[in-house]
Amino acid sequence: MAVYIVRRLIAAIFLLLIVTAACFVIFFLVPRLGGATPEDLASRYVGKTADVETIHNIAVRLGFTEPVYVQYGRFLRGLVLGADYPTGPTTTHCPAPCFGYSYLTQQPVLPEILDRLPVTMSLAAGAAVIWVVAGVSTGVVSALRRGSVFDRTAMSVSLAGVSLPIFFTGLLTLSVFSYTLGITAPGGSYTPIEENPLLWAYDLLLPWITLAFLYAAGYARLTRAGMLDTMGEDFIRTARAKGLPERTVVVRHGLRSALTPILTIFGLDLGLLLGGAILTESTFSLPGIGKYSVDAITNNDLPKVLGVVLVGSLFIIIANLVVDVLYAVVDPRVRLS
Amino acid sequence: MAEDVLAGAPESGPAPRPSGSGRPFLDVRDLRVHFPTDDGVVKAVDGLSFSVERGKRLGIVGESGSGKSVTSLSIMGLHKRGSARISGEIWLGDDELVAADPERVRRLRGETMAMIFQDPLSAMHPYYTVGDQIMEAYRLHNDVSRRAARKRAVELLDRVGIPRADARVDDYPHHFSGGMRQRAMIAMALSCNPQLLIADEPTTALDVTVQAQILDLIVDLQAEFHTAVVIITHDLGVVAELADDILVMYAGRAAESGPAVDVFTEPRHPYTWGLLGSVPRWDRERSERLLPISGSPPSLINVPPGCAFHPRCPYADRNGDRSRTERPELVEVGPRHLAACHMGLEERATLFHDEIRPKL
Repeated sequence: MAVYIVRRLIAAIFLLLIVTAACFVIFFLVPRLGGATPEDLASRYVGKTADVETIHNIAVRLGFTEPVYVQYGRFLRGLVLGADYPTGPTTTHCPAPCFGYSYLTQQPVLPEILDRLPVTMSLAAGAAVIWVVAGVSTGVVSALRRGSVFDRTAMSVSLAGVSLPIFFTGLLTLSVFSYTLGITAPGGSYTPIEENPLLWAYDLLLPWITLAFLYAAGYARLTRAGMLDTMGEDFIRTARAKGLPERTVVVRHGLRSALTPILTIFGLDLGLLLGGAILTESTFSLPGIGKYSVDAITNNDLPKVLGVVLVGSLFIIIANLVVDVLYAVVDPRVRLS
Repeated sequence: MAEDVLAGAPESGPAPRPSGSGRPFLDVRDLRVHFPTDDGVVKAVDGLSFSVERGKRLGIVGESGSGKSVTSLSIMGLHKRGSARISGEIWLGDDELVAADPERVRRLRGETMAMIFQDPLSAMHPYYTVGDQIMEAYRLHNDVSRRAARKRAVELLDRVGIPRADARVDDYPHHFSGGMRQRAMIAMALSCNPQLLIADEPTTALDVTVQAQILDLIVDLQAEFHTAVVIITHDLGVVAELADDILVMYAGRAAESGPAVDVFTEPRHPYTWGLLGSVPRWDRERSERLLPISGSPPSLINVPPGCAFHPRCPYADRNGDRSRTERPELVEVGPRHLAACHMGLEERATLFHDEIRPKL
């Protein structure tokens, strides 16, 4: 097990290298291949009135004139050793691990991301609890009462859930619950949990429900399909033949098996969300990583985008690893090697 | 005791429970199991009666779709209440199971009656150890500590012939071979000393070399625990080896039933003759080694009128139109030996001795 985890972590490092290299290629090499000069890249980060010489100086200072592999090497070096970035007359030190340095705000990227991480984590964790509980229980009941009114209603609603985009359901719920009924927060505010847990939950309630609705719909359908499969298995008949109460048969023998694929999807979904719930955060103006990355993209602040990609990939890779290890715990037939 | 262990009582309607010491332990009377489907009603079992004493073994034989497994699942109460329409009576000791409260039947399952299934790999939960699965059954019906249950599981595994049972009790089913899994299934079924054991094709999924061992084990344990055993199989070799009585099923009804010796040596139903002819004989000429029954089992939605076997029966024409219009009743053809055929008893005896037996 330990050997397996170490091997997976080493593989993860290579994966991160590939991801960052791909970003670098897209951000810095592709424009050059398309004919953009270092000055063209630099011109985004100077005032409108800047003359050619100023732009050139900025391009040199930001390192755009150097070959892309040198820039990439400097980025990697920063990750391990930290880096110094020239900010006008002085230099700013970006301590290791340096995820990059914003040309616009002239700040290291990582602290900014870490600042926003609690928002995203709060959003993802709260929504995850809701969607797992709601999705899985709906799916189980639907499967056990296949063809019933409950089943048909739940599956229709869940079809809507997976089909409707967040910016539609989000705006709809905001309009109804916040602006018309006035029972939830109007969005745009976030209170740290350590400051006031009640306010924290109040602010996040609507984003949680909106985000959870999307996922719960998918999980309900997945659970239903899994339960229908599992409840037809021979070992379910064996469990009943032992004389177990139906509840035990369903939960201990049926659900336990049906949950295994859901665990996999859950890990990946959560990992992905921790890298920023872009639509939800934008719709509810929550200052999380998703909102941060949207702003960075809008402002062409490439190092910030790169930093978010790196953090996001890290979460996905870790989530993947956790899922794989858990899988072996849940299903004894799985061997980690 | 010489009471009727296999009485094919062709009765209809609920009858009072026979009292006295001579009553059979498992007594199935006029059992009907119908499944309504979009295509029509599937009459999987349609008027079946049989009984088994404790300490006796009944073999139920028939092709796929003859209603064998449906019968066993009805006894266990494992049909979904909504999808199956069950009528008739199933007496287990002093309990009538068809009309009983499902909760009552559930309590009997695993304790008074237990079942072994065909494929021991898919019949065990892949996520729990063999020991846990045995203990689960045992602790459900016995108020004992985990430790005591574990001890019991080890004893059972040891008793069914698992080597190093104290270590293997913590293994998962996929660590076991096919034969060992079936042994473990038997251990699980026997954990509460059931009085009725139903084995549904217990050796079909196993290697031929293991089959005999498993059958021996069932016989040994049955004698030891004085259990009533119902073995369901399509393999005449299996029933020949261990059944006291045989029930031959066709299209959800009994075609012939009686003591195993009689059914094997003096069968009185053309379908039984066909089954016997379907057992390969290696000491015969190639063309005579196997005498299959022509045609295929009937649809259980549109069961042929009259004798359900008549479209496949080579002798159906001998009775004029009767085979096509009138359903033959089970009648006694010998001591405790019943068969449902329109042909005259003498005619059948002559046919079997002159035409059938020489080819078997």
